[in-house]
Amino acid sequence: MVTIEVNNRTVEAKPGEMLLSTLRRAGIKVPTMCNIDGLPPSGACRMCVVEVEGRPGLQPSCALPVTEGMKVQTHSPRAVRARKTIVELLLANHPDDCLYCVRNNQCELQNLAGELGVRERRYTGQREEYHLDLSSPSIVRDPAKCILCGKCVRVCAEIQNVASIDFVGRGSHSRVGTAFEQGLNVSSCINCGQCVMICPTGALREKSALKEVFEAILDPERVVVVQHAPAVSVSLAEEFGLRPGTDINGVMVAALRRLGFDRVFDTSFSADLTIMEEASELVDRIKNGGKLPMMTSCSPGWIKFVEQFYPDMIENLSTCKSPQQMLGALIKSLFAEREGIDPSRIFSVSIMPCTAKKFEAGRPEMGRHGIADVDAVLTTRELARMIRLEGIDLQSLTPSEADNPFGQRSTAGKLFGATGGVMEAAVRTAHYLLTGRELAELKVQPIRGMKGVKKAKLKIDGLEIGIAVASGLGNAAELLEEVRAGRQDLHFIEIMTCSGGCVAGGGQPIGADAAAVRARMQALYNIDRSGTLRTSHSNPDIKRVYEEYLGEPLGEKSHHLLHTHYAKREVVG
Amino acid sequence: MMGSGGLVVMDEDTCMVDLAKFFMDFIQRESCGKCIPCREGTRRMLEILERITQARRSETGTGALERFKGVMYLTRLAEVIKDTSLCGLGQTAPNPVLSTLRWFRNEYEEHIFHRRCPAGACRELLHFRIDPDLCKGCTLCAKKCPTQAIMGAPKSPHYIITDKCIGCGTCLEVCRPKAVIVD
Ligand code: SF4
Ligand code: SF4
Ligand code: SF4
Ligand code: SF4
Ligand code: SF4
Ligand code: SF4
Repeated sequence: MVTIEVNNRTVEAKPGEMLLSTLRRAGIKVPTMCNIDGLPPSGACRMCVVEVEGRPGLQPSCALPVTEGMKVQTHSPRAVRARKTIVELLLANHPDDCLYCVRNNQCELQNLAGELGVRERRYTGQREEYHLDLSSPSIVRDPAKCILCGKCVRVCAEIQNVASIDFVGRGSHSRVGTAFEQGLNVSSCINCGQCVMICPTGALREKSALKEVFEAILDPERVVVVQHAPAVSVSLAEEFGLRPGTDINGVMVAALRRLGFDRVFDTSFSADLTIMEEASELVDRIKNGGKLPMMTSCSPGWIKFVEQFYPDMIENLSTCKSPQQMLGALIKSLFAEREGIDPSRIFSVSIMPCTAKKFEAGRPEMGRHGIADVDAVLTTRELARMIRLEGIDLQSLTPSEADNPFGQRSTAGKLFGATGGVMEAAVRTAHYLLTGRELAELKVQPIRGMKGVKKAKLKIDGLEIGIAVASGLGNAAELLEEVRAGRQDLHFIEIMTCSGGCVAGGGQPIGADAAAVRARMQALYNIDRSGTLRTSHSNPDIKRVYEEYLGEPLGEKSHHLLHTHYAKREVVG
Repeated sequence: MMGSGGLVVMDEDTCMVDLAKFFMDFIQRESCGKCIPCREGTRRMLEILERITQARRSETGTGALERFKGVMYLTRLAEVIKDTSLCGLGQTAPNPVLSTLRWFRNEYEEHIFHRRCPAGACRELLHFRIDPDLCKGCTLCAKKCPTQAIMGAPKSPHYIITDKCIGCGTCLEVCRPKAVIVD
């Protein structure tokens, strides 16, 4: 232990750690705008500067290792004035757009201006000119609101291994841009939205589909159906001030009905369907010498990543569509036929924790006869906006349940929202398919939790199956390199684009810390623990859909509706 | 005084404000843009110096107010940039301003309060006038002045309307009896 003095108080520090970590533990809030937990300090924003006795100038606490006896003043007039000046300098080149800004009330720059008591436009001068990038189906970039903290660049490169954005220009003409300044849509961007999640300002946001959805709801000719992904019900509550990890599934379904959706379906149902198809595919590949390891295909960011960076491994991807697209296909086939509705009259909306799902829904192969399976994708944040706009008081709603014929889901389907969840659900069903018996212990502990890469070996009747789970594409790339280098003992790999899985997706509420993400994950585990229907193959509605419509997993109709194909993709960059 | 330990020798024909502006312009171009104080701050400092060396006629809108605010906050801004910048470039960037402010404060004050440049280097702050005793009333300057700032009847002394003069120096060049005075 190292002892230092902060604001005339003795504080214990860990040897070698950066001062900022010590300060945080001691409950002293020093603001930063460029620091990312878990990555090396960048030192770009200079907001965390403090006075250190015996050192000239002010020192950035994010990059200053503690030393025994160090004497620090974190909120001296000089340090506070410096922070305030930095914010004022940013504002001098920032549009006064708060009232029109998607991040109004959720913006770190705005918060800091408030905390530091900025009350006048102290510095004025020439502003840079920037261009809005609306090219991507998922992300809108507004560089005028960018403060060049660099966090998006680092997340994209260091966490996601994508690097589709970087600094261009220098000095006061610096910007964050794409390769050759082409639109984000033609770049290597995989639409994960992790840059949006980390951006302190409104410079990055999701491409909103609210207008289309409202128009469809108001159109009497349209039957508007909605599905909601497993991770949404455990995150939405935060938008309304409830504790992270609060599951409001029933209330959310009721709210969706209030909003005017004609039918409400649960994507966790089609997650069960995905498991039926995917577990069958795995068993088939193992038994019949198919391409192994098989890799999951439900995370659209990951799919684009493979298509552009690992085209040699496309065959390893499961051909299963994602749950969103499976349900989308069933809505415009089975559901449309049952109800006698022309599929072209159905407007199919999905609520996703994800920005990449917007891209996925627009993939040309995701539809039939020129009709898309999913017409609009809203993020958790957009749903919250919709609920607020319509003045719906969640407290006053009576919980409601999903509609038939996709009414029931297993808790295995719900687990899809967390990293490792698809694997866990698949293992339960694969075990049953291979042996005809249920797993003795349904919970597969080694693949639970937030760790970036998780591996395990399973023994199923003498067959040893190697499984691996990764979230965050940097972690995924590590696994892929092992496989490329010839690693043979892996049979099944689950990849989630977002670190932690969809609970930490790019469409989730802004400002969640690691604890909030863990709470959402725990909420899913709790749903599974207390559930009675815990495996996909025992879901009676799934059985019925196969009996009455699809036939059998991997059958003719499944192939047509529930499976897809991938192709090598050229991108600018 | 110029930050890197270099020494620059000058005489009274060098305007300290102009010199500080020259260095700020240079540094502002050299800034890599990584850290906020240097990237955003040096260009604001440059703009403040530009406003100080600007004539009233070049000010538009709230220009006069901004000029006044800039003067008030120049030192504060300089100190914060020095205190917080990431590398040596930003940490020393404000030195030319801080040291000229310290040693040649009167020169700044002349620029700021009287809009005069004692060294005659800040073009916009030059005041052109015509000595009525020397002017022959030849009308040449009035004809050449690009802004019609010179008035006067032929054969009688001319005079310059200061607010219209852009300080181009044409009258000074064309006047044969050297009646145009600059101060
Ligand atoms: S990014 Fe923040 S400070 Fe800028 S306009 Fe939006 S809310 Fe306001
Ligand atoms: S959405 Fe993901 S891939 Fe695209 S720029 Fe942002 S972080 Fe990078
Ligand atoms: S877009 Fe956002 S995260 Fe990226 S550099 Fe700008 S402010 Fe930072
Ligand atoms: S992990 Fe989930 S939220 Fe993230 S890209 Fe994949 S599907 Fe979307
Ligand atoms: S101080 Fe250094 S790092 Fe910061 S912008 Fe200037 S040149 Fe770049
Ligand atoms: S200096 Fe130029 S603008 Fe001014 S009076 Fe002489 S000629 Fe006219």
